[in-house]
Amino acid sequence: MPDLDQLRSEAESAIGAAGSAAELEELRVRYLGRKSELTAALRSIGELPPEQRGPVGKQANEVRRALEALLERRTAELEAGELDRRLAEDRIDVTMPGDPPLPPGHLHLVSQIRRRMEDIFVGLGFSVVEGPEIEYEYYNFTALNHPAEHPARAPQDTFYFAERVLLRTHTSPMQVRAMELQEPPIYIVVPGRVYRPDTPDATHVPMFHQLEGLAIDEDITLADLQGCLLQFARQMFGETTEVRLRPGYFPFTEPSVEVDVSCFRCGGTGYEGAARCGTCKGEGWIEILGSGMVDPNVLDYVAGKGYDNERVQGFAWGMGIERIAMLVHQVPDLRMLFENDLRLLEQFGAGP
Amino acid sequence: MRVPVGWLRSYCDPGLSVQELADTLTMAGLKMERIHHTGVGDVSAFLVGRVLESERHPNADRLTVCEVDVGRGEPQTIVCGAPNVAAGQTVAVALPGAVMPDGTTLGEAKLRGVRSSGMILAEDEVGIGEDHKGIMVLPDGLPVGGPLAEHLPIADHVIEIEITPNRPDAMGVYGVARDLHAATGTPLADDPTAADATPTGGDAADDHISIEIDPEICLRFTARVFEDVKIGPSPLWLKQRLMAAGQRPIMNVVDITNYVMLTCSQPLHAFDLERVRGGRIEVRRAREGETMVTLDGVERRFSSETALVCDADGPSGIAGIMGGQISEVSEETTRVLMEAATWVGPNIMRTSKALGLRTEASARFEKQLHPELAMAGQRLAARLMVELCGARMVPGTVDVYPRPAERRVVPLRYARMEKLLGERIDPETARAILERLGFERVGREAAAAERAPAAADRAGAAQEADPAAERWRVPPWRDSDVQREADLIEEVARIHGLDKLPTTLPARRQAVGRLTRSQRLRRRLEDLLRDRAFNECVSYSFTSPAAIQRLRLGDVPLLRLENPLSEDQSVMRPLLLPGLLDAARHNAAHGRPNVRLFESAHVYRPSEPLDAAPSADPGGRLPALERHHLAVLLTEAAPGGWRSERRPADFYAARAVLEAVLEVAGVDWVAEEGGRPFLHPGRAASIVARESERKLGWLGEVHPLVAGEWDVPGPVAGFELDVEAVLEVTAGREDVYRDVTSFPAVLQDIAVVVPEGVPAAEVEEAVRAGGGDLLAGVEVFDLYRGEQAGEGNKSLALRLEFRAPDRTLTDEEVARRREAIENDLGAIGGRLRA
Repeated sequence: MPDLDQLRSEAESAIGAAGSAAELEELRVRYLGRKSELTAALRSIGELPPEQRGPVGKQANEVRRALEALLERRTAELEAGELDRRLAEDRIDVTMPGDPPLPPGHLHLVSQIRRRMEDIFVGLGFSVVEGPEIEYEYYNFTALNHPAEHPARAPQDTFYFAERVLLRTHTSPMQVRAMELQEPPIYIVVPGRVYRPDTPDATHVPMFHQLEGLAIDEDITLADLQGCLLQFARQMFGETTEVRLRPGYFPFTEPSVEVDVSCFRCGGTGYEGAARCGTCKGEGWIEILGSGMVDPNVLDYVAGKGYDNERVQGFAWGMGIERIAMLVHQVPDLRMLFENDLRLLEQFGAGP
Repeated sequence: MRVPVGWLRSYCDPGLSVQELADTLTMAGLKMERIHHTGVGDVSAFLVGRVLESERHPNADRLTVCEVDVGRGEPQTIVCGAPNVAAGQTVAVALPGAVMPDGTTLGEAKLRGVRSSGMILAEDEVGIGEDHKGIMVLPDGLPVGGPLAEHLPIADHVIEIEITPNRPDAMGVYGVARDLHAATGTPLADDPTAADATPTGGDAADDHISIEIDPEICLRFTARVFEDVKIGPSPLWLKQRLMAAGQRPIMNVVDITNYVMLTCSQPLHAFDLERVRGGRIEVRRAREGETMVTLDGVERRFSSETALVCDADGPSGIAGIMGGQISEVSEETTRVLMEAATWVGPNIMRTSKALGLRTEASARFEKQLHPELAMAGQRLAARLMVELCGARMVPGTVDVYPRPAERRVVPLRYARMEKLLGERIDPETARAILERLGFERVGREAAAAERAPAAADRAGAAQEADPAAERWRVPPWRDSDVQREADLIEEVARIHGLDKLPTTLPARRQAVGRLTRSQRLRRRLEDLLRDRAFNECVSYSFTSPAAIQRLRLGDVPLLRLENPLSEDQSVMRPLLLPGLLDAARHNAAHGRPNVRLFESAHVYRPSEPLDAAPSADPGGRLPALERHHLAVLLTEAAPGGWRSERRPADFYAARAVLEAVLEVAGVDWVAEEGGRPFLHPGRAASIVARESERKLGWLGEVHPLVAGEWDVPGPVAGFELDVEAVLEVTAGREDVYRDVTSFPAVLQDIAVVVPEGVPAAEVEEAVRAGGGDLLAGVEVFDLYRGEQAGEGNKSLALRLEFRAPDRTLTDEEVARRREAIENDLGAIGGRLRA
């Protein structure tokens, strides 16, 4: 009968020292295999005197279980080590580009700004409506209180298809169309393309985009206009932006106001360091839109749809989307927005 | 409008800096465009001097060497080139270091060997005139060494104001001063047009001239006669005001007309009465094609729209725009006929546009001046004629004024004002503002008598019924702008200060903000394209007829502009493709031939004949057919990388994008072979909704010749969808729950051999028909040509998904369906491959 204790300690140190799976297998065969001393010992227990059989059998089995467990642990350890080695060798250059190299596309700068504006005004309770770009002179001018001889009607300032049919010069005709379709109260914004026969230069192109606003209810005030546009300006240009109303003139609003925002680049100081601010030209304020209380004469054109100008009132504005886009993103030349040059398009509109 | 600050302050001086003045005016509605500085730099370098000695320069005949006392101990030696310099004169002197009006700095200089320490000044050298014939000789007795600026306006600021069309009154400095007075409460000098000159002599103006007008084109024509007129230069103060306001001084009579206009907005015209032929003036419409040479030396041809001022022999001026050479005032003039007329604004505007001739006068007349201003202008002009030209004013005014205008009276309710502004302005404050602006409050009775017809509308009736309504008489200089209650409220609001307005939000009791389904879908599709590496384009809505021809769409009805900027932008595009091809060309030309582009915008077709446009309310009709399209163009399916080859675009690359777009839109669709003239004839399809068979657009590769004409390297593929049609075929569609988890699906792959000409869609249809309602899905996933399929055949691999919502399918059920599918395939010449 071998000395089981000695056998165990010899086997344990051999297993602990083994460096590969093959060695472990060899040790398993040597210590636990059919021809091993331990197996032989277990087999020969029957030959022992009966009073020794119990304790020796128990001890031999303990040794066997302990060695089996140790072998299993060592095998797992060795396997894990081997995987680590293999993975470490399987290293790549993580700085190479992704594959296939498909970059995100971009919304056009105008679309991106238009959506931001729409979302701000939807949040303020305005619905987004759209209308035709080819318009009747009636909606573009007459019902907007432009007298028959108003210079904007001249072919120098308006594209015509025929007498009384034109390309809208502003998004304002939808004020009238929307009021024809919906009784007050009405709260809408109207984004869209507008057209003027301007020879292209850095600040003029024959087609651009506007966002019209119209709110008519029983008690809409000029102060409400200021509040709406302040909310808009802060979301668009930054939370510290201020709004300033200035008296202005438009045929379809009375009182009419021009709306300025405090310059978001220089913080309204007019200066960036010692230099005059290039965005507001040193004025501290930037004109962003024309606005006012809807002229009673305009409401008269839709009086039959519930717009009694003694009972309801409201405000309207029109702002240029490109102008806002150029201000926010410091684009120097309006014409660039319509060349569809990828070098420009790719700078904007990948985000929300 | 250039407003010289010194001139403005002479009427109203609230003690503000130039910047503060400009800000005050801006916030009252007269927006400052910019502030100019005129005249010299630092005025301390300009002094009154006295010429002690003057001697001819030893080395130059035309130069004089002067010793000039400038009150600083030793006299300065100054070399002067003016012919009129002489000892004993009091003169204006600039010392070395002085900054001249053109920005140059005066230095010490040696002139032909003599050192000159300063300059004796001519009027153009301090920017108060254009005369350079000699130095200014100042009145004796001015303190020598004293600052020149105390005696001459050698430096000033000019506030340039943007004038809105409703404010002709602010095209005169006194009108601007009135707003300044209203805004600040600082006293306003008496109206310079209030006082008249005293006539002398026993004759009368109508002894010298007779006048006839056409009242359709001339509301009022006034004329005065001046004799013994001494033509000469204007005094320096007047020249300086004109120069600062941007007008060249010419001679006193002409300068007076300009000065009056710049003071009170009323343009005047001075005739040499000797040259008014026949002593008669007639205002009439021009005969078609009639011509005249205007003051600027240009011969102009008129239409019957043009209003002319004529004498007995023919036209002598274009009414309200520009005089003619024929009766121009000259150095020899001694008798002057001064005209102050009132023209019809719209007529002046049309004529000035038609002639391409916009003048200071027409810019004022086109905004419709009130006839009362004509006499205001005459009064100020008369005083200046007497004062500056030593003229005798002949008694009387020839005043042809067939329909005298009534003064307008406008109601005002303070409750209404508060309701409109959202701010209560105390009535006392409001009244004071209106009074400072020149409005007069009148009693109810007077109002009833004077009531202007324009106010007799529905609002007018409501105002009439309100006992709290006040009545305000409008001053003539604001008549064209202030006609209704809302206009009066604007006056109060702008002067009271919009900066005092509270900031509130509408109560919005019933308003809810939302996007329409169309807007949400467009955003979703645009986002999808963006996320698939497409860049959005915005192209002009117009294109060229040549582009339409290049697309082989010559027969498509187009909307053509009457007044395009160019032939290239003369028709409205009936599809988005040309804009995307333009963009692809632009980028290819700039080194980016590989593009993935889209645009989402309107396209245009004629609907009704355009000459049938209604002259009144169209009642919501649309003049043309506009549809919202979404178009995609790509020259690259996938970019090349360090592990993968670039894949150029082709039909299937475009189709994959379209499949994603229509999946998102919820459209069940098929591609029908055949396309458009601009597409590759073998690689083109119509996009058709499966159930309604509605055509939704096109899909294909652009015809290589078309791509070539755009210089876009091919292949170019794309599609164009009518988004509104997509919305119509998917209207009301909602995703509804299907049970796909309780019972398993049976997946089977089959290979179908069909003749080469049978399209995959037909195979799919046959499989669907045979599969019946147990077939939940079919997908073509491979295509094989070769030996096993046989000559002239192809083999399509399809994955079939069978399932039933209420049970697990048995093998027998699926086998029966496969048999049915096999039968249906047989009908199109197909068979299952083992």
